[in-house]
Amino acid sequence: MARVEERIEVGMGPSPAAEASARPRSRGDLARLPWVSFFIIVVMVLVAVLAPLVAPHSPTEQSLPDKLRPPAWLEGGSTKHLLGTDVLGRDVLSRLIYGARVSLVVAAAALLAGGGVGLMVGIVSGYLGGRVDSFLMRVVDATLTFPTILIALLLAVSLGQGLQTIAIAITVLIWARFARVVRGEVLAVKARDFVALARVHGCSHVRIMAVHIVPNVLNTFMVLLTLHIGFVIIVEASLSFLGAGIPPPTPSWGQMVADGRSHIASAWWLAVVPGAAIMLVVLAFNLFGDWLRDWLDPRLRQV
Amino acid sequence: MDIAAPIVLEVKDLHAYLYTRWGVVRAVDGVSFALREGETLGLVGESGCGKTMTGLSVLRLLPEPAGRIVQGQVLLEGEDLVTKSEAEMRRVRGRRISMILQDPQTSLNPVFTIGDQLVEALRMLHVDGKPALAHRAEEALRRVKVAAPEQRMRAYPHQMSGGMKQRVVGAIAVAGEPRVLIADEPTTALDVTIQLQYLALLKEMQARTRLAMLFITHDFGIVARMCDRVAVMYAGRIVESGPTRALFRAPRHPYTEALMASVPRMEASVERLPSIEGQPPSLHDLPIGCRFAPRCRYADDRCRHEYPPTLPVGVAHEAACWRVEPSPPSR
Repeated sequence: MARVEERIEVGMGPSPAAEASARPRSRGDLARLPWVSFFIIVVMVLVAVLAPLVAPHSPTEQSLPDKLRPPAWLEGGSTKHLLGTDVLGRDVLSRLIYGARVSLVVAAAALLAGGGVGLMVGIVSGYLGGRVDSFLMRVVDATLTFPTILIALLLAVSLGQGLQTIAIAITVLIWARFARVVRGEVLAVKARDFVALARVHGCSHVRIMAVHIVPNVLNTFMVLLTLHIGFVIIVEASLSFLGAGIPPPTPSWGQMVADGRSHIASAWWLAVVPGAAIMLVVLAFNLFGDWLRDWLDPRLRQV
Repeated sequence: MDIAAPIVLEVKDLHAYLYTRWGVVRAVDGVSFALREGETLGLVGESGCGKTMTGLSVLRLLPEPAGRIVQGQVLLEGEDLVTKSEAEMRRVRGRRISMILQDPQTSLNPVFTIGDQLVEALRMLHVDGKPALAHRAEEALRRVKVAAPEQRMRAYPHQMSGGMKQRVVGAIAVAGEPRVLIADEPTTALDVTIQLQYLALLKEMQARTRLAMLFITHDFGIVARMCDRVAVMYAGRIVESGPTRALFRAPRHPYTEALMASVPRMEASVERLPSIEGQPPSLHDLPIGCRFAPRCRYADDRCRHEYPPTLPVGVAHEAACWRVEPSPPSR
């Protein structure tokens, strides 16, 4: 027996590499942060939260003498209105800043509700399988066939315009996307032996779902969440652009693009500035999501 | 092995069927065996003969909703597990019967550290504070001979080798100090040198805790090394069982005999290993008589029409074949 023991010990010496990697999160990870997208997101969130402090003017204050001023760096622009003014003489920068609030609130509400429902449905459906799965997935299929904008318009019209309406409409539309992806992931996780061993150890189904399945699909879920922030912002903007979104005078990015459309030849900044903001923020969130996917995977984290 | 040791697990005439879309699969079809304290019973047979299903039936973890135990008893220290409720079974699993599976790569949850998973398993068994649980976990790792347990506690499964992971799985399996351990091909995914170490480790754990082990495998080498007794399964039934030594020396069932003949040997060089002609019967559609008859070279008409009784052929040695000369059980 003693000899066998000796052999075991020899084989089990800690390798220096394993020791180093057992330390969680090294400093090198900081360098790989997606700084650009991170910066854009942080700025957007700060600006949205601190809107009353940051905005140079009230977003709704009209000043007809100042109407259609170009941005500061163009001829005729002034530093008083850094990004110019619209047809009613409202400051574009201030409207942009307040508009960020709308985008963020809608995105947060819709993703929390839609993502939450999708996560639960996906986990239950994938884990239980059988008839429950078939039923839930048919509902998901049906939901996914809804034409996004049309349904959102329909809901907006029937529920009345407003922030909640948009949040509800988007929730209804996106939960199914989460459910579908999460379910697929659950099917893969469920087939692995540790789930069976958890049963062997006397875990209940609920506990297995909560303790073993959820953490394994969470990274996929987080990535899905960040990738959908962009989608939600675009849907909100589209709805506002179509006039079914946030009622004026509350500024929203989509609505600003819509208002600027008719002046695109003479005052391009009215449409381009909010358009660029939408693009930048969506891009930033998507890049952040990509990075998050890699970072959340313990296998890719410390190589 | 100790003949006088009390019987811990006794399976009596167990029938576990899978009700699939394509019909009823009689995966376990009348299996009986007994397992004494500190004893290792090897359950051998080719793929799909019902070995794993037998193991899962004992734990009442047949694949749902298809699998069902239709008949028989599983007596754990005298209590019938078949009639227990799911809630009662949860208290049996992990604490009184535990299991190790084949593939260490997927036996651990990849998103938690080794320490977290051990603590999680221990938490189900002990009411203890976090530091105390962590201490117990480290102790458990030390017992399965994982070097530097303090550091390993913080490692993720992918940072460990297969052999090491299987050790951790073993540590988790015996964390609840079970009476019975079902090891379902625990070394199949390990390479040969690691296999040896792992088997030695299992033996040692068994010696320490008087654990009864049901060792499911298809490797006769491992059976010879590990098991006190062997039960050979064919198409859902045990065709022969007996003390390892006796069964290896004088297999009585033609199937066991054929299996033994097809194991490569060091001493004899042969052109071609003998093999068993044909395929095991489909468990959907079993022959009426002896299930091995279509492949058996001794089969006659009676074999094809009537299932043979299980007869004693030696000391604690039984075989289910018409050909065996029953010898009076001499104890």
